[in-house]
Amino acid sequence: MTDPLSSCARPPTVGPILSPEQAAAGDDGSAAPQEVPRMIARVGKPAPDFETTAYHQGTFKTIRLSDYAGKWVLLCFYPGDFTFV
Amino acid sequence: MAAVAAHYEELQALDVHALSVSTDSHFTHKIWQEEELSKMIDGGVPFPMLSDAGGRIGTVYGVYDEDAGVDIRGRFLIDPDGVIQAMEVMTPPVGRNISELIRQVKAFQHNRATGEVLPAGWQPGQPTLKPGPDLVGKVWQVWKPGKNGG
Repeated sequence: MTDPLSSCARPPTVGPILSPEQAAAGDDGSAAPQEVPRMIARVGKPAPDFETTAYHQGTFKTIRLSDYAGKWVLLCFYPGDFTFV
Repeated sequence: MAAVAAHYEELQALDVHALSVSTDSHFTHKIWQEEELSKMIDGGVPFPMLSDAGGRIGTVYGVYDEDAGVDIRGRFLIDPDGVIQAMEVMTPPVGRNISELIRQVKAFQHNRATGEVLPAGWQPGQPTLKPGPDLVGKVWQVWKPGKNGG
């Protein structure tokens, strides 16, 4: 069986996994409840959990932020591969 | 990104697990690693490179630029309880300062371990502040702004 993370069709990524409180916090009233809300990341508040595909040391894997519970995590967003800074 | 990778050992020594995220696919991450990053950094990027296709993760973190369709530069320091302790978001042209990040990690870890608070510009080894009734009105005795880089 082909590894779904290596197949032509990209696997559906789960994306954000929010608690009901987080989902409500980001809801400004304009979005349907099941849509991804606006920014909810705040210092001093739980980091929004998520699940997605990743490349790591030659393999593809699925990673959840909550896999790192109990550890310090540095989450770095950047504009894109092959950019210059 | 490459700078974080270059300081990875320092982060590891502090028990910090790095994760990078962009809207590129995991396939693109693989080729970037093989074609370029592995030539910039010995062994390439050692931490997982996550795909945020569609920008949904970036949206909840407030870093997704809908016009450009990319996640702008943003870093989030998350403690062992899953709480965001620090965040820094920047527009694309300017890279981040890793030494400031390392300083923040050390300061937050010191605070978590001791309950002491760290004044502006604090570096390990410098005076810390112990909040409480005795400190009220007495901060001047132990710390002056502008000294120690603060």
